[in-house]
Amino acid sequence: MSLLSAKNISIQFGGIRAVDDVSFDVEPGEVFTIIGPNGAGKTTIFNLISRIYDPSSGNLLFEGQDITEEKPHNIAKLGIARTFQNIELFEHASVLQNLLIGRHAHRNSNIFSELLFLPSVKRQEIAHREKAEEVIDFLDLQRYRDSLIANLPYGVRKVVELARALCTEPKIILLDEPSSGLNMEETDDMAFWIEDIKNDLGITVLMVEHDMKLVSAVSDRVIALNFGRVLAHGTAGEVQNDPEVIKAYLGE
Amino acid sequence: MRFIFKTDYQQDIRVWRHGGDLFWYGLLLVSMIVAPTVLDDFYLGELSVVLVWAVAAIGLMLLVGYTGLVSLGHAAFLGIGAYTEAYLLGQGVPFLISFPLAGLVTAMAGVAIGVPTLRMTGLYLAIATLAFATIVEKVFSNWNSVTGGFDGLPVEYPSLFGYELAESWHFYYLCLCVLVAVIWFSTNLLRSPTGRAMVAIRDSEISAQSMGVNLAKYKTIAFAISAGITGLAGGLFAHYVQHLAPDAFSILLSIQLLLAVIVGGVGSIHGAIYGAIFIGILPQAIAILRDYLPSKIADTAGLEPGIFGLILVYIILAEPMGIYGRWLKIRFFFDLFPLYKKATFKRQKSFTKSERLR
Repeated sequence: MSLLSAKNISIQFGGIRAVDDVSFDVEPGEVFTIIGPNGAGKTTIFNLISRIYDPSSGNLLFEGQDITEEKPHNIAKLGIARTFQNIELFEHASVLQNLLIGRHAHRNSNIFSELLFLPSVKRQEIAHREKAEEVIDFLDLQRYRDSLIANLPYGVRKVVELARALCTEPKIILLDEPSSGLNMEETDDMAFWIEDIKNDLGITVLMVEHDMKLVSAVSDRVIALNFGRVLAHGTAGEVQNDPEVIKAYLGE
Repeated sequence: MRFIFKTDYQQDIRVWRHGGDLFWYGLLLVSMIVAPTVLDDFYLGELSVVLVWAVAAIGLMLLVGYTGLVSLGHAAFLGIGAYTEAYLLGQGVPFLISFPLAGLVTAMAGVAIGVPTLRMTGLYLAIATLAFATIVEKVFSNWNSVTGGFDGLPVEYPSLFGYELAESWHFYYLCLCVLVAVIWFSTNLLRSPTGRAMVAIRDSEISAQSMGVNLAKYKTIAFAISAGITGLAGGLFAHYVQHLAPDAFSILLSIQLLLAVIVGGVGSIHGAIYGAIFIGILPQAIAILRDYLPSKIADTAGLEPGIFGLILVYIILAEPMGIYGRWLKIRFFFDLFPLYKKATFKRQKSFTKSERLR
């Protein structure tokens, strides 16, 4: 069974069909990449999966369960985490606090026990910190753990966002342009981390990416999108050499 | 300079960061407890008012500073708390029940305004809460059977275990206990998931949502807690003024509370306290100043709001993090002495998201 399937999803904003009858299946344990020119509808697909948008038609299945009607705040609990293209971190909080917000889906306490900070809340806090610490170790963020996000350089923020997504203990992680704004070296690091996330943590990766070097290095399967429609489907090499895809990027 | 070597998760979780913190806060608490033996009734009264403002400012701070929702309606919550307390006491309900009920009723009023304004932020929310406050003020002045309308409502002395709290030092200790409890509860909230969810909503709603934060639920919780705490402050306020009149809870009071939060320093409990000291002391300071000013200036009608406004403009321009932010800089200066660089706190131009607290 596929981990995540999109079945003929479409979304319309006014007269524009941003995503038009797109179907794909992400298998467990793979890196699945969506490429396409600007405005092709890649991020819109992410927003459909995180339930920020409601599809006009079609269904989204996660582990066989229909999530098309799910509330957006329940998505993290199901095991779908995401990062954002323009970095949506909590600017006036420390790295550790950001990661702890990533643990929110695993909260067991209620507001009354929190007001009194009962021992159960304290135990839960320690458990959350242990998990956050594992992720900090995994992504080498030790020296930034107490810095405010507002004081961090762009490249580090990208990694912190990845860390925050990992803290939710997802089954699938949606990466929206993990390499945008990173230099060559940081992009290489990102490629290693994506490999590690797949191999060591066993988390499936669905990503949107423009850097073809990164795409070919890590992706198992790729689809190419243009004007909301799927153009091609296959391995990175196949999709790159597809005449339709070349036409979409370079023109006739 | 103190370097903290972290070896334990507890170090991040507990309220004080090191022994020094514990010592200074302990010293502060002890000096607050012995204050009535030193101060006379007038200054004790003034100090009690500062404590009442501090409770209200913490309530507003949780909403404005931590959840990023601006409210111009907190005078209404203060009023609801005050009238509930006065009415219940008048009906013979014991203080130990009426006071928590004042907080609870106000918290429900907070939910009543929080739910319809869930999708509002910034200016629109400010206008909506302002409208709410205006309506509540009208209710205070016209619901004669409960509030006494413009004749006002006398407030009885609170009594605990058959012992009437009529002396000013009684009231002072009552305020101190409430403030300490409120600080304790808000600190607990802020170091647990609910507080972090509030901060997440303030900084980025969309990613808070994808981390599993239910926006509607936590915004409503924030409104309820903020209103509830302000309602408790209202209960204390009722005992302070001893006679409630509807014109006490006007828009000016809301603005004064917001001023406390912004001048004190948005986004910290310390800031709320500093802000409360500021709005508690400044009117007295201006009154004293009037004696020394030429009568033409001293007798001007708008002197007090004018000075408040000027200070607000100055703080926003020169010190966006308020008095608490200034204090942090001063402390940092002495921490690093003589190596402090002037550029440490220079605001950098950033090309990513907006740096301002919404």
